[in-house]
This record gives sequence, structure tokens and C-alpha cells, in this order.
Amino acid sequence: MKFVKEVGVAGKIGLGSILLFPSVFRSCDSREDFAHQLYKTGISTLPVVTVVSLFIGMILALQVGLELRRFNQEIYLGAAVMISLIREMAPFSCGLCLASCVGSSIAAEIGTMKVNDEIDALKIMSISPLKYLAAPRILALAVMAPLVSFYCCVVGTIGGGIVGATQLGVDFGQYMSSAMSIAEDKDLFVGLAKALVFGLVIGIVSVSEGLGTKLGATGVGKSTQRSVIVSFLLILMFGYMITRICYR
Amino acid sequence: MSVIRFCGVKKSFDSSVVLDGLSFEVENGEILAIVGPSGTGKSVTLKHIVGLLEPDEGTVEVEGDPRIGYLFQSGALLAWLTVYENVALPLKETTRLKDKEIDAAVMDALRMVGLEDSADKYPGELSGGMQKRAGLARAIVRRADIVLYDEPTSGLDPVTALSIHRLIKKLNSEQGVTSIVVTHDIQGALNLADRIMLLKDGKAVAALKASEFASSDNPTVREFLTAMKGELK
Ligand SMILES: Nc1ncnc2c1ncn2[C@@H]1O[C@H](COP(=O)(O)OP(=O)(O)O)[C@@H](O)[C@H]1O
Ligand SMILES: [Mg+2]
Repeated sequence: MKFVKEVGVAGKIGLGSILLFPSVFRSCDSREDFAHQLYKTGISTLPVVTVVSLFIGMILALQVGLELRRFNQEIYLGAAVMISLIREMAPFSCGLCLASCVGSSIAAEIGTMKVNDEIDALKIMSISPLKYLAAPRILALAVMAPLVSFYCCVVGTIGGGIVGATQLGVDFGQYMSSAMSIAEDKDLFVGLAKALVFGLVIGIVSVSEGLGTKLGATGVGKSTQRSVIVSFLLILMFGYMITRICYR
Repeated sequence: MSVIRFCGVKKSFDSSVVLDGLSFEVENGEILAIVGPSGTGKSVTLKHIVGLLEPDEGTVEVEGDPRIGYLFQSGALLAWLTVYENVALPLKETTRLKDKEIDAAVMDALRMVGLEDSADKYPGELSGGMQKRAGLARAIVRRADIVLYDEPTSGLDPVTALSIHRLIKKLNSEQGVTSIVVTHDIQGALNLADRIMLLKDGKAVAALKASEFASSDNPTVREFLTAMKGELK
């Protein structure tokens, strides 16, 4: 019962914010705020995203490469790494990074505001928290997630190539041409669409958890933790469902 | 004429009853002080007036469509905006005033609370008292008809507290602002308010003229005054 209610609340917040996306561009102040949110979402997470995707590419190359070597098929290393990255691992690791770096910070920020009566203060000034806080944050995640995911894919592919060249004796040029030959438009677009969905999910979950923060000392910690856990679970579930729908 | 009417308001959170049949009225243009032990629902009462909370039972009526300013206990300023931007926020977001007019109104409000020199500071750089004064500037910048003050002086030094009380009085006498002041400062309430209401166990125990409050023989009032004795001079 409680679960159904929470999903309903999150759905309302999500839908309400999405409908308010145009308001993000209406005034000069709100455009400035949106630019700041884009920066926080996309640029300030780059170091973490870079390291994570580099290692994911390296791990993939090592695991797959060792198997391929048994059959003398190392020439396909690039293709194997690219397919896993572009279809699954890039959007997935992008989602995990954004949920833990950006989603948690949104939940904590809005949760702290809730506990400090700042949300109530906005309402009394007739400023909608959905318009003022939720819409720019969720839109920033939705815009940035596909870009970050694409970046993950590029960095991961390079990471795989480095492992291929140094550990498995696969020529980097050959690795890259094998990678590029397998990458199809459909894979790219499904991967980016996945990232877009993840971005929306992370944004809606974090804002809802933040706004639902209970008063009291542990409230903000709880909602921050919940925003990450719920985002992770939903990323896995939506990831599976999108794959199921697009590849059969 | 009363502008705010509470009629048998009941409010519980989970299983704890906070307001238990609260009834009182606020007259136009008066200063009403609400006193009582902490945790008795003073802030909850204020939140009913602006519709942040809805009563479980009973009614809260507000006459007409007044502009209501609200000074939160915590100040409730947005951390990433300067004092100036915080005070300008309600004007920027909800009116079509020009930047010049907004600037004039904001600087007016800041001058009134004595913060014109801290306009460009962020809330984190201010003391608790200054944050409250900034919150007050934001509450009055739209020329409110009614201002609700939630513990405007708690945690402040006596000099600042006195200046805030003067400000409340000034707004009330010069602009006719109807004021509800939730406070722990019983001495301040006696000096400031036209009437004092004692809230206990979710009910209004007494609502008396300030001049009659200290000499009331209502046992609950006496008990409260005895407990607060240290603060009375
Ligand atoms: N939004 C809320 N959710 C749950 N409990 C609340 C909420 N607001 C207030 N309470 C509870 O109501 C009681 C009265 O709170 P409050 O009105 O803040 O007291 P005070 O008289 O000190 O201002 C407290 O026990 C508080 O925990
Ligand atoms: Mg209170």
C-alpha cells in the first residue's frame, strides 16, 4: 500500500516536472540555473566517469580477450568490447555514476531544503518547487545522460584497446577498425535512449526522495541512501526491459 | 473584525495529536503573541494559516485574499543565493516588476532590517540573527497584509532581539500589518503584543490582553509564568 502511494507521488512529481521543462528556458535567471545544473551533471562528474568507463573497457577487453586468444580470434576483440559497451555497459555505468554522484547530491540538497523549511518558504512565495527545483535538475540529467553515456563508450573502447595492445598483443589500429565495423546505428541509438531513460529515472527518483524527506536528524541521510538504491534497481530493470523490447 | 479564524482545529501526525480542538481569532491590525512550551504546535498552527498544513478536523478561515509574509524559525533562505537575491526572489518569480523597481523594493526591505551592507553575502556567511533578519526582509518585501513570525528572536542577543521587536511594532503601526508572533520570549511578548495566547496540549488555554496576562489568575497561565520566571523582570 505504502509502495503504491510512493510510486504515485513520484509519478506525479515526474510528470509535473516534465510538463514544466519549457519553463526552464523562460527567464534569464532560470536559464543560468539550468546551465549550472548541466555543468554539475555533466562536467563535474567527468573525472569519475572517465576512470569508471576506462576500467570497464579494460576489464571487458581482458576477460573477452583471454577467451578469444584460446581460439586465436583476437582480431575480434574490438568488436566484442564495442558491442558490450555500446549496447549495455556504457549506459549502465553512466547511470551508476550519475545516480551515485548527481542523484545523491540532488536528494541531499532538496532534503536539506525540506528540513530547513526552504521548500515551504518557496510554496508560500507562490514559487512551485517543481518548476524552480525539480524541472531544471531532471532536464539536466535527461540531456546529459546520453552525452555522458556516449563519452563512456568512447573512453571504454580506448581502455579496451590499451589492454588489447599491451596485454594481448592486438594492434590498436586493427582493434579500432574491428570496433567500428560492428557498431551499428541501431545499437548507438538504443544505447543513447537507454541513457536518456536512466537520466529521467535518476532525476525523478532523487527529486521525489528529496521532497519526501522526513523531518529529523536522519531524514536527509535516509533519503539520500534511498535515492541511490532505488535508482540502481530501476536502472537494472529498465535496462533489461529496453533490451528485451529492442533486441529479440 | 477578525481576519483569521480557527474553529475546533484538530491535527495529528501519525499517532501523536498536536492540535486538539484549537479555536481562536485574530483581529485586523493587531499583534497577537502565541506562547507555550516547545513542541506544543505553535509552528504547526502558523502553517495552517498559509495552507502548508490542512486540519484533520475543524476549519481555518482567512478573510479575503491577503498577502501573507512568513518568517520561518530557521530563516529558510536559499543557500546558493545571496541575501539580495533571496529577498528579490519572490518579486522576480511572481511579479512583472522591472529590475529597477525590484532593486528599490529589495534595498528598502534590507535597510529596514539593517542588512543593506550584507546584501552580497551568502546565508552561510551570516550569523543566525542576520539570517533571521534576511528572512524577515524577504517576508515583508511584497508588502504583506499579514506577517507570521515564528520565533523571530530566539537565539538572538538582547540588542538584536529588541531591534526586531521594534521592527515588528513599526510594520504594525505604520503599515497596519496584522502580526502573529510565536515566541519564547515572554517578556518581549508582554511589551510587544496587543494580546497573548497561551497554547498548551493543542488548545488555546487563554487569550488575554497583554496587560492582563501577567496578572491573570488562570492556573495554567500562572504555571507557565512561574516556569518562565527567570525571564521576567
Ligand atoms: N510535518 C510534520 N510531520 C510530523 N510531525 C510534525 C510535523 N510538523 C510538526 N510535527 C510535530 O508536531 C509537534 C509540534 O511541532 P511544532 O509546531 O514545531 O512545535 P513548536 O510549538 O515548538 O513550534 C512536534 O512534536 C513535531 O515533531
Ligand atoms: Mg516551532
